[in-house]
Amino acid sequence: MSDQLGLWSVLIAVIGGAIRVSTPFLFVSLGETITERSGRINLGLEGTLVFGAMSAYATAVLTDSPWAGVAVAGLAGGAFGLLHGFVCRLPRVNDVAVGIALMLFGSGLAFFLGKPFIQPSAPPLPAIPFGFWSDLPQVQAALRVNVLFLVGAALSVLLWWAFRNTKAGLIVRVVGDSADAARAMGYDVDRVRLYATAAGGVLAGIGGAYLSLYYPGSWNEGVSSGQGLMAVALVIFARWNPLACFGAALLFGGAGALGPALQSVGISQGYYLFYAAPYVLTLALLIATSSTERALAGAPGELSLSK
Amino acid sequence: MEPDAPATGAIGVETIGMTKRFGAFTALDDVSMKIEPGGFHALLGENGAGKSTLVKCVMGFYAPTSGSVLVDGREAEITNPKGAQARGLGMVYQHFTLVPSLTGAENLVISRADAPAILHWSSERAALADFMGRMPFKLNLDRPVAELAAGEKQKLEIVKQLYLKARFLILDEPTSVLTPAEAEEVLGLLRAMTDRGDLSVLMISHKFREVETFARSLSVLRRGKLVGGGAVGVLSRDDMAAMMIGERTTRTIAARLGEPDPEREILRVEKVTATDVSGLRHIAIDDLRVRAREIVGIAGVSGNGQKELADVLGGQIRATGGRVVVAGTPYTGKRVESRSRRVRFIPEEPLRNACAPRMSVAENLAFRAFDRRGDDPQKPPTLWLDKGAMSRRAKDLIARFKVKTASSEAPIATLSGGNVQRAVLARELTDPVDLLIVVNPCFGLDFAAVSEIRNRIVAARNGGAAVLLISEDLDEILELSDRIVVMSEGRLVYETLAAEAEVGAIGQHMAGHH
Repeated sequence: MSDQLGLWSVLIAVIGGAIRVSTPFLFVSLGETITERSGRINLGLEGTLVFGAMSAYATAVLTDSPWAGVAVAGLAGGAFGLLHGFVCRLPRVNDVAVGIALMLFGSGLAFFLGKPFIQPSAPPLPAIPFGFWSDLPQVQAALRVNVLFLVGAALSVLLWWAFRNTKAGLIVRVVGDSADAARAMGYDVDRVRLYATAAGGVLAGIGGAYLSLYYPGSWNEGVSSGQGLMAVALVIFARWNPLACFGAALLFGGAGALGPALQSVGISQGYYLFYAAPYVLTLALLIATSSTERALAGAPGELSLSK
Repeated sequence: MEPDAPATGAIGVETIGMTKRFGAFTALDDVSMKIEPGGFHALLGENGAGKSTLVKCVMGFYAPTSGSVLVDGREAEITNPKGAQARGLGMVYQHFTLVPSLTGAENLVISRADAPAILHWSSERAALADFMGRMPFKLNLDRPVAELAAGEKQKLEIVKQLYLKARFLILDEPTSVLTPAEAEEVLGLLRAMTDRGDLSVLMISHKFREVETFARSLSVLRRGKLVGGGAVGVLSRDDMAAMMIGERTTRTIAARLGEPDPEREILRVEKVTATDVSGLRHIAIDDLRVRAREIVGIAGVSGNGQKELADVLGGQIRATGGRVVVAGTPYTGKRVESRSRRVRFIPEEPLRNACAPRMSVAENLAFRAFDRRGDDPQKPPTLWLDKGAMSRRAKDLIARFKVKTASSEAPIATLSGGNVQRAVLARELTDPVDLLIVVNPCFGLDFAAVSEIRNRIVAARNGGAAVLLISEDLDEILELSDRIVVMSEGRLVYETLAAEAEVGAIGQHMAGHH
């Protein structure tokens, strides 16, 4: 059976992995897209992700409800976002530096508060078995799709639409592209950025809940391993477009699943290298899509990295 | 207090005893001025005369130290631009306030105070098409503003104010980025709107011809004070100039001495093609030559590739084909090349493109030779900055080029536009120059600074330099050039000797009829 499947099983595993692994990337990158479109960078989302994972897991253990965990993770993420947004509106504060501080703070606080929750097990988030039509266990496993993935997919379409078709979306873009123009229109630039950063934090927190409550589905200090930071790079690669974020998250998820998939079909030589695939992919994509001749298309004009 | 003026038709605005002090400096001193409903009023004055301060007080950007604004005869407390907009006051700034990454349509809709939470683009588009039908400018509202040329942006700024139902429009040097034909079109339309009683206009301008053609009345500010005014046609140009500059003499342009040297070709641009950083604008220059003791003026409407040509010559973008030859050998704009072949480049907006704004005047003046011993370009390289020599040289240049600055250690960004340009010229023109490339050297400067800077350029030419002058100011091109080349859609389309130039023919080629 597995002979017959051969390389197909690798492909199925990669597709399944893409769906499973991509969700945190998707949430963090959508959140960061909102924040960066408003003209600010929040590098602290890695810390928010880890703290979200811890708070979701702890809440689920204590209340026996994974959804309560998701809600608490979202709230905690929002609080981190508000903190970032608040500190950044003080004069002479650099958003990148604050982000790095919050990344360390969020992770550290999560490790500190999360110590008692490494042992107990929490109820996982439910998944929908879209693979019921197949007899193949590999296909069934690959197509067990978590509800949050579907929420994230819908959210990327919604955000893409909202950036063009809602007043709030246009205001975020105006603030991110030209603070002077926004002020001339009477919008409070700092307040818009505060809300945008808070919204980004909420999404990153929910992404963290997925990590601890579904895949890998446990709480420990290595639960994120830098996914929050990679998601920030992914936003740049996706050119601040929520739909492209979805595609990019799938791509990164698939790359992350390559190592385990190859290992499962018996290719053990150098599979550690395949574990590095998402990182190599980040680097390769950023180099491939960069140019010394052209300006970064689509970059919000107020972003400190494009100024 | 809600504005209760009628919702359509021109409104009048009056300032009473408007005074604005910034610390000890009085920018505006007791200015009372009245613009009737349906009036077209010009506000003249040199840079720093207080024109911008006055209109910013009216628009609620600054709170005046004392004085008040009457809108339609009633005192109006305007504390921010939004309040001004609610009263039917609109302003078009010298810098653009459009959001670059949004399309024209998005810019218009989001600027409206009553934009709905969810935008129904089909009905918005229909409303915009209807609105644009009443505007004489044809603008593509579906392109991001960043892709529009300066002239189109300026038109969109004006359209935006009319879309926001401005009934009193303030224009801050509205034609500085427009061609003569575009300027006439825009101002003609606005004048027609004031004649119909739909709009009142207050226009800040340096250009007498514009004021005489379109304005009905004018005021002149000097050093923050209202020094005169009245109906257009009563005052002569000499009167207006005298009011603006007070008791100072302005030098006339230095005469061009000697003929271009046909034997010494300094700059040759051969079949150069290039694309700008956005990838949208392409240029293709087949053949352009500048000889010693010659000023070649490149005329053209803003956004027709002049910037890209300047960027290729300055080394900011790489040519995709062809070559630039200076003094017989290929040239790519490297520092070593510009030093050895004595090429000097003065880009537009010098504060942004030729200075480090927060570094001091002395440091900015030293950019050419700071890495040479004793701040002298002829001497060998050195690791250590010679602060003493830099400072001495800076003080000498500041005195010789009459740069007005608090000290040689003040950040260059604190200087006015004219003085920044003087400082840049001081840096670029003190050593012998073989090739000088200048782009819009007098953009936004008052005319005392303008005539001085033009004199310096002509003096460099008389000294034997080849000068390539890229300018969107046709008067400047006509005044300075030995030979005029017109650029349109990225190509050189017309060439004439300045002595035989016909403005009509140049204008036609600028407008794309060739």
